[in-house]
Amino acid sequence: MSTLPQPGAAEPLRIVPTAPRRHTPHTANIALVGVEQSFTTRQGPRLLALDNINLDIAAGEFVCIVGPSGCGKTSLLSLIAGLSFPSRGEVQLNTRPITGPGTDRILIFQEHGLFPWLTVGQNVEFGMKMKGVPRPERRQRVKYYLQLVKLSQFENSYVHQLSGGMRQRVAIARALATDPAILLMDEPFAALDAQTRDMLHDELERIWLETRCTIVFVTHNIRESVRLGDRVVLMTYRPGRIKAEFKVDMPRPRQIEDNNVAQLSARILNEMRAEIDKSVQAEFSR
Amino acid sequence: MRLDKLAKNILFYAVILGVWYGIARSHIWPPYLVPAPGDVYTALHDGFKDGSIWIGIRISMQRVVLGYLASVVLGFFLGLGISTSTFLEDTLGRLLTSLQSLPSICWLPLAILWFGLTDKAIYFVIIMGSLFSITMSMESSRAAIPRIIPMAGRNLGAKGLKLFWYVLLPASLPHLISGLKQGWAFAWRALISAEMIIISLGLGQLLMTGRDLNDMSQVVAILLIILVLGWAIDALVFRTIERKVARRWGLSVPA
Repeated sequence: MSTLPQPGAAEPLRIVPTAPRRHTPHTANIALVGVEQSFTTRQGPRLLALDNINLDIAAGEFVCIVGPSGCGKTSLLSLIAGLSFPSRGEVQLNTRPITGPGTDRILIFQEHGLFPWLTVGQNVEFGMKMKGVPRPERRQRVKYYLQLVKLSQFENSYVHQLSGGMRQRVAIARALATDPAILLMDEPFAALDAQTRDMLHDELERIWLETRCTIVFVTHNIRESVRLGDRVVLMTYRPGRIKAEFKVDMPRPRQIEDNNVAQLSARILNEMRAEIDKSVQAEFSR
Repeated sequence: MRLDKLAKNILFYAVILGVWYGIARSHIWPPYLVPAPGDVYTALHDGFKDGSIWIGIRISMQRVVLGYLASVVLGFFLGLGISTSTFLEDTLGRLLTSLQSLPSICWLPLAILWFGLTDKAIYFVIIMGSLFSITMSMESSRAAIPRIIPMAGRNLGAKGLKLFWYVLLPASLPHLISGLKQGWAFAWRALISAEMIIISLGLGQLLMTGRDLNDMSQVVAILLIILVLGWAIDALVFRTIERKVARRWGLSVPA
């Protein structure tokens, strides 16, 4: 601002806001050590949802957890989120046990869970407001993250005015805006049509590469897990145990139709089939 | 479409007025039983001119607004208590639900014995008439919040008072507003009932004065005032808010 601009030379237009500075160090290692979780059901017997889960997730890793419905995938996420606690064992974050929810770990649900009384921008701002981030910085970060999910022109729209895919993108922006070290995603794209889902896979991959946060992604869609994950963790049906782990060594960006993706998916599906049969049997014999 | 509706209504009220006029002119019943529209108009005109209707409106509105606000504040805390404690929900909540079915006028004898023929007694009846319905709607609107909303709020770092103020309260707004609207209707009814018994310058009393003087024109005139006021508050205040909320949330807009 000390020198005057050259006459006739247009001031360069800054359209892209710079990435906001990080508040939390992104070295969050998650460790589940001998985790067991059981619930008391209405009928009486205790339901063992998770049994002896041992899982290490490195900082910046993209881990997908697959399994048939009822395998305890969601319970696992809610444990990491600190919204519930294990009956036995320990869930650790950087070697310390998790004692409750925190904005370093944000959940994204299948139903987006956006606040219908707030605009898109206010939704994205919400977590920062709770954290006490000053207003100017909040505004700047809202701009940045809305641009990241390509929804800048919808900042002042209300949630009901958006399509399902757009809502999930807002939910992602809202989660990222709190600057979490870990993103916990619970079948976030399950309710969307295939085309939208493909697009959001691309976007999520791009966002992950850009922000380098850790993502734990729960899905029952094996293709999706191979498309996205560095590693795919397969869980068994009730009680949820880890059946197998698959490393996905394929270059990014990946394509869901890619041959290698399809082949690995087929292998995982093979392993999973027995579990699906069990879950289907349990559903029908009720 | 709107014009069509308006035309229909103009026609409808013109017919009513015509029939009324015809019956009054036929002198089947004496004017102290069925006054002509003109007499009612004169009563309204005189009432506004000598200020008695203005005073009545002012005093009644002041009472109902204050009593209603007191109910909202009390109901807010009662509702909060009931929705956060299962003990209170099972005990106080049940009691309030049953008290809600009690017509507000039933509180009047009690109020008169406690407070005499005073303003206090009127306020008491208004509060008793609207408090329970407001409390219960505060509580039920909390229960109607989808589970995912407070979960998302907590996950994003809202807890305690912040969770309540920024998440639970706005999330319960659509239900809350219809509860508050119903509470208003109850308060308004309770007020007029109480004013009819307790001599106190309000609209209810003007209504009873008309009766005492065998002045049916005044009775009808005041009835019209009470009707229009009740309708106006509902349409201008509550339905405006309702529509605003519905539009924001993308709910179907209530007519």
